Amino acid sequence: MLEVSAVTKRFGGFTALSGVDLSISRGDRHAVIGPNGAGKSTLFNVVSGLVVPEEGTVVFEGRRLARMHPSEIVRIGMARSFQRVNIFPRKSVFENVQVALIVARGLGANPFRSAASLFRNEATDLLDLVHLSGEAGRRAGELAYGRQKQLELAIALASDPKFLLLDEPTAGMSITETKASIRLINDIVTARGLTLLFTEHDMGVVFEIATHVSVLHHGCIIASGSPQSVRDNEEVQRIYLGKH
Amino acid sequence: MASRAQNLFLLALVAVLAMLPLAGSRYLMELAIQVMIFGLFAMSLNVLSGHIGSISFGHAAFFAIGGYACGYFQTTLGLPFPISLGGAILLTAASALAIGAFCVRLNAIYFSILTLAFSMLVWSIATKWKAVTGGGDGFVGITVPEFIARPQAFYWFTLVCVSVSVALLWLLTNSTMGRVFIAIRENPVRASFLGVNVRRMQLIAFVIAGTFAGAAGCLMSLYMRGMFPESAFWTQSGQVLIMVLLGGLHVFVGPLVGAAVLYLLEVFIGQYTMYWQLVLGTILLVIVMVAPEGIAGVFRSLAKRSSSGSGSHA
Repeated sequence: MLEVSAVTKRFGGFTALSGVDLSISRGDRHAVIGPNGAGKSTLFNVVSGLVVPEEGTVVFEGRRLARMHPSEIVRIGMARSFQRVNIFPRKSVFENVQVALIVARGLGANPFRSAASLFRNEATDLLDLVHLSGEAGRRAGELAYGRQKQLELAIALASDPKFLLLDEPTAGMSITETKASIRLINDIVTARGLTLLFTEHDMGVVFEIATHVSVLHHGCIIASGSPQSVRDNEEVQRIYLGKH
Repeated sequence: MASRAQNLFLLALVAVLAMLPLAGSRYLMELAIQVMIFGLFAMSLNVLSGHIGSISFGHAAFFAIGGYACGYFQTTLGLPFPISLGGAILLTAASALAIGAFCVRLNAIYFSILTLAFSMLVWSIATKWKAVTGGGDGFVGITVPEFIARPQAFYWFTLVCVSVSVALLWLLTNSTMGRVFIAIRENPVRASFLGVNVRRMQLIAFVIAGTFAGAAGCLMSLYMRGMFPESAFWTQSGQVLIMVLLGGLHVFVGPLVGAAVLYLLEVFIGQYTMYWQLVLGTILLVIVMVAPEGIAGVFRSLAKRSSSGSGSHA
């Protein structure tokens, strides 16, 4: 479904990604792990079109994403969340999801269609899914951090994606919130038949969700495979034990 | 609801304006005509500054293009009035498309400076292209069709044109496209990851804003029976931006209120002192420091507080 081939991205003299290959099939739940600064977020930004790589290609469902604008990539079925929450903080929770639905349904350029209570049911369903329907009238920026992440997930799901990119979905969450989030993500991915690519710091989270794991270190993939095989990999152990 | 209060305010305003000629004061009508035209001009700018969040320093360019084009079509070419008016508005829209295509490539202050540069280009063309614009002396002696030649008739014409324009802008503000504009203002990165082509939407907003500014310019040229290069000068763009800020850039009726207050202040304080800008400066200072949401913003908060405790805002 997604093929990343030999992607290299430099920022000035710093090589953030160096010849990265990644192959994700439909239905995979693929985790990219690695220490801080390993290039995880850069990889996400390349895949979602925010950053253009110097070398290499990204192919999604047979289409090359090179130089495609993020908005076009969203429209062919890939949605994402960000490591730091990225929502409309001054708008209500309902309006956050509503505008996402307006865009997804192709009404974004219609100056005559009244928006007043458009998609109220659909928005409520999405908010139900992430357990936020009780907060629909609140300002999004007033929600607790973990709930803002759930809202961002609802916004991403509004475009009815086939492929979901989650950048550190549990970063900044308490242990209870993290557990709830894992369950939520697993449920949603299963119910909607999504393919998932995510990055994560917390190894516990990775092994609860992922079917495949790739380890990124200094911009290179050093191991890739089932969670168990990656866990047993000596080089991975060395890096995570800090002997490198 | 605060938006209901705004709708009531607009309806009441139209009713008052419709009855104004009964007062029998020509001075009052002329004042109202100018306030309405500047009100429309300010509302057009707010599609950019308030809705989608791009601050233009050169919006007067489109006001001037509309005015000059209307004068040229109507007087120099002697075209029928509806064609002159429609043609002038279309020409302004086309100019906004051409200029906007460059401007929306830039963000924030760079966007603002580029709009300023284009407006000064329009100003210098207006000053130099004597054959079409009349040069530095302005385009004088614009012919006005018989049916709006009398002041009262022109008053009605302006009221209808401005009301229709404001109604269209109201539809836009409350439409799905209006929501997307606000999403872009609030968070352009998230908006593009919803699937919005942000640049294209900014260009659409730019063209809409320019088109309504052109309509306001047409009305002004017909009212004054002339158009002058000062209309494209950067101070004119500054003045209309001040109207928007004064009234409130996140409230639909804000620019209308701001235009009325600024224009009437200019007229009345100007009668007592030539330093009326000193008074204006002080008022602006107070607005920015105490009520950054503008005059209409203050009223909206009051209306909201009286109708309910909390609620979502437009």
